[in-house]
Amino acid sequence: MYAFMEAFRAALSSLMAHRMRSFLTTLGILIGTGSVIAVVSLVQGFSESIKSQFADIGGSTMTLQAENNNENFRTGKLNNIHFADIDALRYKVPGVGVVAPIMQVQTAGASYKGRTGSPQIIATTTEFQAVRARFPEYGRFIVESDDKGRRRVAVIGAQLRDDLHMPENPVGEFFRIGNEWFKVVGMMEKQGELLGFSQDNYAVIPFDVGRALMGNNNEPFISASFTVQKMEEVEQVRERVKRAVRQSRGLKPGQENDFKVEAADTFIKQFDKITGTATAVLGGIVGISLLVGGIGIMNIMLVSVTERTREIGILKALGATRRDILIQFLLEAGLLALLGGIIGIILGYLVGMGIAAMIPGFPPAQAPLWVVIAAAGFSALVGVIFGIMPASKAAALDPIEALRFE
Amino acid sequence: MISLTNIVKRYKMGEEEFKALDGVDLEIQRNEYVALIGPSGSGKSTLMNLLGCLDTPSEGKYVLNGRDTSTMDDNDLAKVRNQEIGFIFQSFHLLPRMTVLQNVMQPLVYRGIPKAERVKMASEALDKVGLSHRMGHRPNQLSGGQRQRVAVARALVGKPSILLADEPTGNLDSKTSAEIMALFDELHQQGQTVIVVTHEPDIAAHCHRTLRVSDGKIVQDSINAKKAAQ
Repeated sequence: MYAFMEAFRAALSSLMAHRMRSFLTTLGILIGTGSVIAVVSLVQGFSESIKSQFADIGGSTMTLQAENNNENFRTGKLNNIHFADIDALRYKVPGVGVVAPIMQVQTAGASYKGRTGSPQIIATTTEFQAVRARFPEYGRFIVESDDKGRRRVAVIGAQLRDDLHMPENPVGEFFRIGNEWFKVVGMMEKQGELLGFSQDNYAVIPFDVGRALMGNNNEPFISASFTVQKMEEVEQVRERVKRAVRQSRGLKPGQENDFKVEAADTFIKQFDKITGTATAVLGGIVGISLLVGGIGIMNIMLVSVTERTREIGILKALGATRRDILIQFLLEAGLLALLGGIIGIILGYLVGMGIAAMIPGFPPAQAPLWVVIAAAGFSALVGVIFGIMPASKAAALDPIEALRFE
Repeated sequence: MISLTNIVKRYKMGEEEFKALDGVDLEIQRNEYVALIGPSGSGKSTLMNLLGCLDTPSEGKYVLNGRDTSTMDDNDLAKVRNQEIGFIFQSFHLLPRMTVLQNVMQPLVYRGIPKAERVKMASEALDKVGLSHRMGHRPNQLSGGQRQRVAVARALVGKPSILLADEPTGNLDSKTSAEIMALFDELHQQGQTVIVVTHEPDIAAHCHRTLRVSDGKIVQDSINAKKAAQ
């Protein structure tokens, strides 16, 4: 242990003795780690900002949607979710929490005092709030009596308020959706942008009002969001829901599902997959650059071993074993690469932050701890691996020859 | 303490083989003061390398303090060098990046001695050679004589059985040479076994016993009566 600490000190002092050379030697590692940290911190910052938009829709929220293939779209015989399916979901499946039917209402745009906007119109029930965990900033959300009484009320998003130039607190204002007048009873918390699209350009109206708006002849295109009571039962509940919905849709055994039940975090999982792949590809590129950096280290270490042949001879005469010499040179190579890696991490992070700051609307760069530790560890490992050859050359030197070396 | 029996050391030069040492028998007792002399190419250096456990013989047996070193592997030899041998070289061979104190402590590092203990032992050794006031200096800040004193302290710090000096005064002027030899005399008087390899008769004259090496053999083994009587 003492020998190890001394070897560490000796390695450090020999690196310090040739500061410029050490720096140039480790430049390859520095640039390699720096570029990976820059890119990874940008990707991570981007992916974290997207994930945080979805974070309020927890993994315990699921959606029931109809599934249609190209053939259905071509013939126009689209599958749809029926009210019976939603009832089955609500009343027949144990483990399901709150169920909110959701209808996308196709209408002309919204208008207010001569201003127009084209919000997404969502017709749903009061449960929507609990399922999506979105809450009003002003006023209130749709309540049960709005639905029962088919009241023409709407809860709007911040973007729609701005588009229509409504007051800061729009509660109590009247505006039109299509040809119908609605009273604003609440405004939801701002969600921000996702991939450049505002998440706040919408109006929520009572479900039955939405049906009336669509005209009862039209079969509305609906889906349902629901929560699962226990997070750990997500998969069991999904299967139960599938069985219950198959039954309510009268599907025979062997017939394929014409609907799908998805967890709301499916998108996040897919996104993770994409960023994971991107990170892996980057990792490969960085691997190559670190390989090049490692060869640089090996090269200089070999020079250094030759230069210090006599020193090695002296150490051997004083009783250093092969192992002592090996450890000292391995430490030196590892330390050299680690220092390059650490400087690279810092510079890379600064570059990442700089780039993020220069692109308008781009989320700030983030370097997760595991990436930092992995990058530092990996560069040290590269140093040690490429140090093996020079270090064993040093360890294998014959003390007599080495002492005679001029 | 040192016992060499029929030591042969062969080297290969291309196809041809030649014997650097050809049947050396030698006994050296504790607290002897021995000079090893002979012209270059005589096998003197080879003998010194063997005595210092830097090398192993091709044939024969070398017993040091009751242990046969002729069949030891690299690691065991390193351990023997560390514990039994104190080397002193013609060109000092100090480690340039280290301070005087660190140089003297270095052999103790390989023994796994804790730092506080190392500092204590090294300071004592430097005290012995009269350089305790130079502990923080680097070798290039010292004169030749001072450097060789540091080397002596480094050789002594591990309390070795043998002090093995290879042309210790070869790079020093006559006055400093005399000082270094006086130091050796003193160490010998304190009970240290000293072997000096040299080609200078003046230096050899300090020793109590002279071994003359020629053509790989010890051709003369004489006692310096005047010195031995002291």
